[in-house]
Amino acid sequence: MTDFGKECGSGPAHVAGLDARLVVDRGGFRLDVALRVAPGDVVALLGPNGAGKTTALRALAGLTPLSSGHLRLDGTVLDGTPPEGRPVGVVFQDYLLFPHLTALDNVAFGPRCHGASKADARAQAARWLDRMGLAEHSGVKPRRLSGGQAQRVALARALATRPRLLLLDEPLAALDARTRLDVRAQLRRHLADFEAVAVLVTHDPLDAMVLADRLVVIEHGLVVQEGAPSDIARRPRTDYIARLVGLNLYKGRAEGHVVRLEAGHVITTTEELTGPAFVAFPPSAVTLYRERPTGSSARNLWRCEVAGLETHGDRVRADLTGGLPLVADLTTVAAAELDLRPGAPVWAAVKATQTHTYPA
Amino acid sequence: MSTPYRPDSGAEIRTGAGTRGGPGGRRARVGAGRGVPLPLLLPALAGLVFLLLPLTALLVRTPWRSLPEQLTSAEVWEALRLSLICASAATAVSLVLGVPLAWLLARAEFRGRGLVRALVTLPLVLPPVVGGVALLLALGRNGVVGQWLDSWFGITLPFTTAGVVVAEAFVAMPFLVISVEGTLRAADPRFEEAAMTLGASRFTAFRRVTLPLIMPGIAAGSVLAWARALGEFGATITFAGNFPGRTQTMPLAVYLALQNDPAAAVALSLVLLAVSVAVLAGLRDRWATVR
Repeated sequence: MTDFGKECGSGPAHVAGLDARLVVDRGGFRLDVALRVAPGDVVALLGPNGAGKTTALRALAGLTPLSSGHLRLDGTVLDGTPPEGRPVGVVFQDYLLFPHLTALDNVAFGPRCHGASKADARAQAARWLDRMGLAEHSGVKPRRLSGGQAQRVALARALATRPRLLLLDEPLAALDARTRLDVRAQLRRHLADFEAVAVLVTHDPLDAMVLADRLVVIEHGLVVQEGAPSDIARRPRTDYIARLVGLNLYKGRAEGHVVRLEAGHVITTTEELTGPAFVAFPPSAVTLYRERPTGSSARNLWRCEVAGLETHGDRVRADLTGGLPLVADLTTVAAAELDLRPGAPVWAAVKATQTHTYPA
Repeated sequence: MSTPYRPDSGAEIRTGAGTRGGPGGRRARVGAGRGVPLPLLLPALAGLVFLLLPLTALLVRTPWRSLPEQLTSAEVWEALRLSLICASAATAVSLVLGVPLAWLLARAEFRGRGLVRALVTLPLVLPPVVGGVALLLALGRNGVVGQWLDSWFGITLPFTTAGVVVAEAFVAMPFLVISVEGTLRAADPRFEEAAMTLGASRFTAFRRVTLPLIMPGIAAGSVLAWARALGEFGATITFAGNFPGRTQTMPLAVYLALQNDPAAAVALSLVLLAVSVAVLAGLRDRWATVR
């Protein structure tokens, strides 16, 4: 990643937004992530468990010290500033609402710590709860709130200190599926209204794509890909991302209309390209046959073996090994007709027109 | 999902205290339980009898008829008043010093923390008389620190009421520290972090978030420390002596009375038993049911 620090220098140049390189060394694990986010933008750190997302968030909040790197927010250096001195608001994964305080006093806690009088802090808190549609719950203790309500109180509490950087750690992870839908939509609205920098951490690609303007994918402590959600969904660059967005992904060398994979397989494509390349195609592009097809126009044909089957609604997702490891989607009817079961041999065909090739 | 905060150590202590006093509910459940193996049931019942027999004997032999006049005597009230004041003062001292100490042990990272914790809990297992001797050597008129207290400030602790408080606090404080530290460990430290991200200093986070969260543990620890201080004998008689009205607390009075006037000793013991039962009842009512 580019080192933005050099551009800004140490002069009085005022750069709005977040400009950080977060390096945290922790016994065998190293996080090294560069982030640059403009005010008003929402960035999602997406990655598998243990990738270092939460560590990055804690480093931004000042809860985990940086081993090296830098952290600037609106031109102010925050590297050594303790958490309480940073204009940062955090929505924790399980919210961490203070159980002994009412919703109102939870939200008033921040303004109070920032020097507001008790009455003033409570008035501010009441306004925030009102904005979140929680006015009638202000006197309630956190344990009496539903998951969605607690999430909004946590958001109100974080926003009540008027942070210049809002951090959200898996903001929807603690919610059940139905609540999640509502809360995600509300959160999206609140984030759209938020005029400063927002960084959220999630392992859910849907949350990331709905809530964020830009995704930063982290694996093993490093940024493996970043960009607009649509771009990442179309052109994944790691197996993890490909799995997240539901694509079969292969890396190889493109030579015109063919891509030679490292394992020796060849995939025919329609896009012309030369040099290291990725080939991606959706599981729905794969057609399965019991016998070797003769009349098929598909240029890509592999002999595989069914490793596993999973149903998704009226679709069956087949995990194939053997020839080319790939994932195929087919209808339940087709799966029954093919008599698919683990261990069964199948032929998999993919039309060249349904593949997408891009430089690695 | 998160693990919501539960005042766990309070529960532990309650169970501990409960076994000693013989909680009715639990005993009934065991008795009604089908298939309790005999090798467990017999010693269990014997243990129960063993714990309850002395207390029953105390009640059986109490001179109920002369009790009113025994209990209204000036000496009894003097000793009881002194006991209550000293135990409360010792608890206050334990709170002021012990809660921060518990926080240090539970939250701060420093070298030799395990050793410090072991040293803090030492008075728990140390024979109280030895504690009294140690206090004399430290704070006595010729003690390591005591000689300076005496010559610089004119403060003399041994054989004074203040000395009783010191001796009781020395013995009782570890109970409070252990109880509070356990509660602190069970409390999620991330609440403090959440408070800090909201602009609270570490001390403010402790005062406004952690302290209210660990209140059940502090309360349970205080009661435990208070009860321990109330019954303290060995360290008190060694360090503070046995002067009626000044350092003669209830346990000392009981011991003295047993030699001159056994009936009075029984009456005094009954008072202490009543106080203990009241403490236990208070613990159960206030901290066992409110969850």
